[in-house]
Amino acid sequence: MELIESPLQDLKKEVSTGTTIIAVQYQDGVIIGADSRTSSGSYAVNRVTDKLTPVHDYIYCLRSGSAADTQIIASYVSYYLNMFSIEEGCLPTVKKAAHMFREFCYQNKQYLLASIIVAGWDEENGGCVYNVPLGGSIIKQPFAIGGSGSSYLYGYCDIHFKENMTEEEAISFVSKGITEAIARDGSSGGICRIATINKDGVKRRTIYGNELQKFWEK
Amino acid sequence: MQKGGFNFDLYQRNVELIEKNNYKVPKTTKTGTTIVGVVFSDGVVLGADTRATSGPIVADPNCEKIHRISDYIWCAGAGTAADTENTTGMISLQLELLSLSTGRSPRVRTALTLLKNFLFRYHGYISAALVLGGVDFTGPHLHMIHPHGSTSTLPYISMGSGSLAAMAVLETGYNSKMGEEDAKSLVHQAILSGILNDLGSGGNVDLCVIKHKSMEFFRNIDTTNSKRKFRKKLPYMFKSGSTKILEKQIKEKMEKMEIVNEKESQIEELEEL
Repeated sequence: MELIESPLQDLKKEVSTGTTIIAVQYQDGVIIGADSRTSSGSYAVNRVTDKLTPVHDYIYCLRSGSAADTQIIASYVSYYLNMFSIEEGCLPTVKKAAHMFREFCYQNKQYLLASIIVAGWDEENGGCVYNVPLGGSIIKQPFAIGGSGSSYLYGYCDIHFKENMTEEEAISFVSKGITEAIARDGSSGGICRIATINKDGVKRRTIYGNELQKFWEK
Repeated sequence: MQKGGFNFDLYQRNVELIEKNNYKVPKTTKTGTTIVGVVFSDGVVLGADTRATSGPIVADPNCEKIHRISDYIWCAGAGTAADTENTTGMISLQLELLSLSTGRSPRVRTALTLLKNFLFRYHGYISAALVLGGVDFTGPHLHMIHPHGSTSTLPYISMGSGSLAAMAVLETGYNSKMGEEDAKSLVHQAILSGILNDLGSGGNVDLCVIKHKSMEFFRNIDTTNSKRKFRKKLPYMFKSGSTKILEKQIKEKMEKMEIVNEKESQIEELEEL
């Protein structure tokens, strides 16, 4: 019975975005990147997922953990942020968005499995990156990595990160990181989705699987 | 223990049991479904197999797994039959009320949000895995919804126990410029693949083609898998005289009733009750 049940058991598991997500501050704003695999056990349920979720015009969140939990949290935060920004008549700060995420994740920590990176641009502070990991803590960082694939990137990021990078440098930093994590982490894969957020808005791009840079392997 | 892929841990033991101990190999139990959805140039095609099982027994060899949410929004469901039917039924009525109160035809996205929020509240205990497809004024849409409430929007989707077999067919055959006939044929092949290769799916193939302001339901478009050689013809027809008559009793029919007294019932009487 084991042989027959294995694939069925996979499909019954909760869908998670076992993933790699990166966000980095650069000169004019932030660059965010993610892989595109959503898995249920060892079956890739969606190989072209978009983990870069907008919560407001200039603020995005990167989702990792349970797909259902993070989708619902993002939609709640997006709703409240929009309500507040309409009431206040101005764009929300990234800090407000991040703290809202933190509030949801911390107050409901028993029920949720969500590790989120909040990144965006606002007028007062320029580009900001906040990391809201599993327990619901919040920390502002110049760059943040998350998800199962991030374990393979701590060394890479520590060595290659520089303050005030240009857009090209930052995109290269993020895309190489995602590529490396996809190569090494089984739960990350597919394509690399990248977005640039600055005062001019959000610009999205995709790097397809076969275009991802190959390092030492031929 | 490694999950997924092949596991040959018990192979040796099984061989020994069968050969030496004359062990009877247990019958495979069938549970599950194959449901598929594909977006094509003008709309969406949904497909499903038709077997409903209750443990080792086929409870319904020809059930309907494609449910109506609204005229041009349909939903195929895998998992517990009661859960899929009632969830889709509930959301169908909520959507109807919403559409009446807003005065607008319903959108697929609305059905998606209602379904995902409902399922999320029950933390996956409502075992309904759905493929939601339809055409509204914004165009054709196709979404997959998992029991825990996570959703994905994709051009082609397969769910249920036969999803791996169906996905193999979809990945091979899908292209973004498909027309209606190609899409129907692809969905048909994908469901057949699930029926033939997955132990959990069986029966006939149902198809549902949704385009702008048009919906065609092809119930049992393919019944080749149900042609059992020795199936008894239903309904049971017994030759007259096959049952032995033991006793005869003749009762007179009641006489016609006469109207003796007419009286109009008044509404006030009812209200008093």
